[in-house]
Amino acid sequence: MAAPKYPGFDTLALHAGQSPDATTGARAVPIYATTSYVFRDSEHAASLFNMERAGHVYSRISNPTVAVLEERMAALEGGVGAIATASGQAALHLAVATLMDAGSHIVASNSLYGGSHNLLGYTLKRFGIDTTFVSPGTPENFRRAIRPETRLLFGETLGNPGLEVLDIPAVAQVAHEAGLPLLVDATFTTPYLMQPFAHGADLLYHSATKFLGGHGVAIGGVLVDSGRFDWEKSGKFPQLTAPYAGFHDMDFEEESGTRAFLLRARREGLRDFGACMAPMTAFHILQGIETLHVRMPRHVASTRKIVNFLQSNSAVAKVLYPELPEHPDHALAKKLLPKGCGAVFPFDLRDGREAGKRFIESLRVFSHLANVGDAKSLVIHPASTTHYRMTDADLAKAGIGPGTVRLSIGLEDAEDLIEDLARGLRAARK
Amino acid sequence: MNLSVDGRQAFAYTAAHTLDPAKPTVVFAHGAGLDHSWFGLQSRYFGYHGRNALALDFPGHGRSAGPALATIQEMADWVMRLLDAAKLDKASVAGHSMGALVALECAARHAQRVERIALLGVAYPMKVSDAFRDAAKENRQEAYDMETIWGHAPQVPLGGNPNPGMWMHGDTLARLARLAPGVLYNDLKACHEYAGGEAAAAKVKCPVLFVLGRRDQMTPAKGGVAFAKTVAGAQVVQLAPSGHSLMAESPDAVLDALIGFLRA
Repeated sequence: MAAPKYPGFDTLALHAGQSPDATTGARAVPIYATTSYVFRDSEHAASLFNMERAGHVYSRISNPTVAVLEERMAALEGGVGAIATASGQAALHLAVATLMDAGSHIVASNSLYGGSHNLLGYTLKRFGIDTTFVSPGTPENFRRAIRPETRLLFGETLGNPGLEVLDIPAVAQVAHEAGLPLLVDATFTTPYLMQPFAHGADLLYHSATKFLGGHGVAIGGVLVDSGRFDWEKSGKFPQLTAPYAGFHDMDFEEESGTRAFLLRARREGLRDFGACMAPMTAFHILQGIETLHVRMPRHVASTRKIVNFLQSNSAVAKVLYPELPEHPDHALAKKLLPKGCGAVFPFDLRDGREAGKRFIESLRVFSHLANVGDAKSLVIHPASTTHYRMTDADLAKAGIGPGTVRLSIGLEDAEDLIEDLARGLRAARK
Repeated sequence: MNLSVDGRQAFAYTAAHTLDPAKPTVVFAHGAGLDHSWFGLQSRYFGYHGRNALALDFPGHGRSAGPALATIQEMADWVMRLLDAAKLDKASVAGHSMGALVALECAARHAQRVERIALLGVAYPMKVSDAFRDAAKENRQEAYDMETIWGHAPQVPLGGNPNPGMWMHGDTLARLARLAPGVLYNDLKACHEYAGGEAAAAKVKCPVLFVLGRRDQMTPAKGGVAFAKTVAGAQVVQLAPSGHSLMAESPDAVLDALIGFLRA
């Protein structure tokens, strides 16, 4: 008898989580624009509230359109399930708030998206959750920063701003030896380029705003659980393994085993913090995911052409892309990211801030804005925009130079993009 | 709750309720390689609706200490010792797959203590292919993949999970990843070698319900229907969309079938 096989990635990207609508036959995912769902009778209502029956009650907790996105992302990542959120930041907050209380501690990579750094370094601190930031290049840095009250290790698959490749197998080993889970932000890689659970991560999230949605039309996030972390065995997570008065003394691990984290995240986190995703947003992001496997190879192929072009241009001092042999994580990238290192990368102009401004303002195809992962190519010069208040010395501490430019390579004709960049580089040299 | 059976820890989920000997009891017995949470929604319902719900972890599964029991008959006798430990005299037993064979044996061997049995996702004989058993014996990932893929209806990976946001294949794989080496093989071998079905069916005197999935790839409904004909007075409910993982694939329909049967 032939061994059975799972559907492939491309098929799951189009179908997972949804069969044609049973009532109307609609093939596309219907947008269930409803806040709430009619109960059959009082007993049915009570059973839904008490989690004796599956189904939807109120769209802050779950919604049929959003559930398609959640199931599809769980399938693409190889997880047990997922929760879609109002943004990627909401997904990170939901993960943290589900796992820890005031007095807890996180060890995080210091190569993080600025918004995540703000949340961990400043905002959560106000609520009693402390974070130690470590250089992710040496996994032992994570181990050395672990304290008795540590509850989470955290990093990005491709860090910010230098595209540091997180050594997920090594950091996961450090985490697991300490009885802790590893959470990764997989936004830049998407499940097409890397599936972090296969390398040992326990939880992951995406800013679905970026490559998943892919078209710059919707803000959203999605938090996925591998279901592999044994909360009971760890003994550090009474939030999941002890009766919780906030949900009728439910012991989430006893109740649902592999689904404990998502159960509490949905039944407490979405219920109380309320950062849920709207069904229209889920629809937009699903439209993007249906072509993820077609778009990502093109994003990567164009990025490689542009990296080569920039490297050969005398106005460019340095290009940071892990596929380049001179990148510090080149070997790790070959191992963990054989399909490519994404389509967002920085490069440094030889001249400083003024050159950066001239470069940006000469571009015609690239859009000057603060986002990445769009079908359209995007550009930003941090020293004249997001970080314009900072001195060159302070910029250097953040890993940014006065001439650093970040590109997000879209799906336009690569030759047009190169022509556009050549125009900008000529202007930068003036 | 944690009990002690044969001097070893035995776990049974009770829906956060204290057991009351005055109440009727329903035991939920899981299938090969799984645990009490496989009956999560259904056992929770009965625990909150006037019954003692006892969703057990067989030895070596979930939170119950090993070693796993080698035969269906041993598992049935263990269920009775679990009832003893819980100070419960009688129970109805709902079993899935391997657990269904155990429920059948409970009714045949301990007729005075078993009030009703519900057999879900069951066929007899429950033969397991050589390839599946060999892969399980060697703890190869292929065995867990077979359990996962054949354990659900063919449309499951491309369909919607009634439990919002969950991915059934991923959930099954994650559960199996927590299993100690050798336990899945033990269970599959017990099912494969179980030869007492006809004799047990002839002995059963209590009401019997079969709940079968029409798209079951592991224990096809045809086999379940044929076996039901050998059990006097057995009721049969077939769920059109469901594969072998009935409680996850058709949770409400399974619950409704159990409510109707156990309330009768």
